[in-house]
Amino acid sequence: MSTTQPGLPTQHGPSTQQGVPPVRMAEPGAGGRFGDFGGRYLPESLVPACLELEAAFRRAWNDEAFKGRYHALLSDYAGRPTPVTACDRLSEELGVRVLLKREDLTHTGSHKINNVIGQALLTVDMGKGRMVAETGAGQHGVATATAAALFGLECVVYMGELDTERQELNVFRMELLGAEVRPVTSGSRTLKDAVNEALRDWVATVGNTHYCLGSVMGPHPYPWLVREFQRIVGEEAREQCRALLAGKDPDLVVACVGGGSNAAGTFAGFVETGAQLVGVEAAGGAAMARGIPGVLHGMRSYLLQDEWGQILEAESISAGLDYPGIGPEHAYLGSSGRARYTTAEDAEVLDALQLLARTEGIIPALEPAHALAWLARACRSGEVPAGSTVMVTLSGRGDKDAEQVMGVLKGNRS
Amino acid sequence: MSTESSVEEEVWDKGPVDERGLLVEPTLRAARDSGRKLLVGYVTGGLPGWIDHLAAMVDAGADAVEVGIPFSDPVMDGPTIQEASLRALQAGATPPSILEELRAVDIPVPLVAMTYYNVVARAGHRRFARLLVEGGVRGAIVPDLPLEESPEWERAARVGGVETTLLVAPVTPDDRLAEICARSHGFVYGVNLMGVTGERASLADSAGILARRLKAATDLPVVMGFGISGPAQAVDAAADADGVVVASALMRLALGGARPAEVGAAVAAVRAALDGS
Ligand SMILES: Cc1ncc(COP(=O)(O)O)c(C=O)c1O
Repeated sequence: MSTTQPGLPTQHGPSTQQGVPPVRMAEPGAGGRFGDFGGRYLPESLVPACLELEAAFRRAWNDEAFKGRYHALLSDYAGRPTPVTACDRLSEELGVRVLLKREDLTHTGSHKINNVIGQALLTVDMGKGRMVAETGAGQHGVATATAAALFGLECVVYMGELDTERQELNVFRMELLGAEVRPVTSGSRTLKDAVNEALRDWVATVGNTHYCLGSVMGPHPYPWLVREFQRIVGEEAREQCRALLAGKDPDLVVACVGGGSNAAGTFAGFVETGAQLVGVEAAGGAAMARGIPGVLHGMRSYLLQDEWGQILEAESISAGLDYPGIGPEHAYLGSSGRARYTTAEDAEVLDALQLLARTEGIIPALEPAHALAWLARACRSGEVPAGSTVMVTLSGRGDKDAEQVMGVLKGNRS
Repeated sequence: MSTESSVEEEVWDKGPVDERGLLVEPTLRAARDSGRKLLVGYVTGGLPGWIDHLAAMVDAGADAVEVGIPFSDPVMDGPTIQEASLRALQAGATPPSILEELRAVDIPVPLVAMTYYNVVARAGHRRFARLLVEGGVRGAIVPDLPLEESPEWERAARVGGVETTLLVAPVTPDDRLAEICARSHGFVYGVNLMGVTGERASLADSAGILARRLKAATDLPVVMGFGISGPAQAVDAAADADGVVVASALMRLALGGARPAEVGAAVAAVRAALDGS
């Protein structure tokens, strides 16, 4: 059990060397830098819009009235706070004490709603009437379509054609909510290409359109802004864990990482505690494990790329983690040693999904099942010592994946 | 980034550079000052037959040619150049393979590389500049490198003998526009419209407005691009500027299997229209 007090320097990595300040998840440096990562690598046509967004966010985040509106919507509309559930049967199975932060219980079924409500409020404040978004698994698209309906905004969601096939139900949900879903047929036909198309739309429509980016990626101010709108996950969880753990913090805090928004929001609540922070990427999209620093989608971060800088295609069972990059703050947290990043394979993810379903009666989405899969492996190998306390962010519920998982488990994957 | 100066880059830095190619700015200024409207063509490097297309554009009267170094995720490009980039990559194009092909030919007009920053960063700034210069390419356009992010590349390029041309958009405010003009080399690239590359039915109103703002702000050659699909639009776009870039319209022909002579004819038609205007 951790003994570190909140606010004290962390006990991890080079950041604790003499004279080096502890890692904090505060405002990034000039130009949106997290150490060597981040920045704003964008065509000139989009720079003024990012400057406008940065100013609007800075104003809003210092404005109690804006924060009041945001928090009221999160509680009255999205169902916050979400609970932290102590998982007795899973804990017994793994030999460690497992707590789950239940983002699966939010309206629309994942943490994505937290960010989208914040960005929809900003869209209205900036006087814009239209939002575009990219989506992988469809959860961010559904959340954006939901907020657009709530605020009466026009909404277009770009989704890789491959993902529209594996997440057909989410496509229909978005359409029910009044959004237009545009399948993207270029490149790998997944999340990366959906971001490209959303950017191409935005360049042409920026006067009346806000790009509602779904993760802690992209050009400044997005990685900062999305992390701040997701910070609620970690801040709630920290207090809830303390209530359950007699004032102590968990030894380990684990979250899955696609672009990294649920992980960033979670880590933001624990970065100043003594908890070890662990991000779990899909093995087929492991930017931290197998990537090289480079520039894509407006940010400098770790990317899967070849020797001449061509971006490689990620490949994962989970559409939401099928991204060849990672948010720049994670690149920084990883290289500073404050957080560590690891991976999970498709097969063990399916096992973990079933394990949680059978022991706790909770069917997770494939994305957070990666976090559980790593935990199960690390408990078995002894990497996570028996008796540890582990908080895992359950970023979404499994309904969207049920059909795909059925196909795999029943052996008739298309 | 400072962290990118790899061991490999140090190695690339050694030995005399075999400088080739015409400088962009002096050549374009001289042409402009002689009363000629500038015509800049575009070809995606590494597409099968691209060197012949490039030569045909030059024979037909292009004053300079942009050579696209393809990138997997060209966010500023519409469907035509996306397709061309994809096909070039599928054919195995890399920066050195493209520049190696250029070394084998003598092109009597300036060449300007057009690529995305990750291609530059991955090679390393100095190494990339050297690859360009040895291939006879003395200019570079990197559209996802705005003012704030480009100083390191601009410096490496300048030292290495490459002129970096910056872009201005219709939404660029006056103070940014002035700074871009002050830092741009070769020419300044005015983006005609808010959007990606690709042919349009008509020239956007934003084109003339931006061209006039640029002409009032700088003595650099002002070249307008994006969406120019034929001679009439080229004449319109060049009216308030020093010249135009024609890209997707030519690449559409190349992708459709056009012979170099047909691509040359398209360039000649624009040339004639500009000369007659
Ligand atoms: C439930 C769920 N978790 C996680 C992710 C991955 O995104 P991020 O890494 O930004 O949290 C997604 C993305 O679609 C998701 O739907």
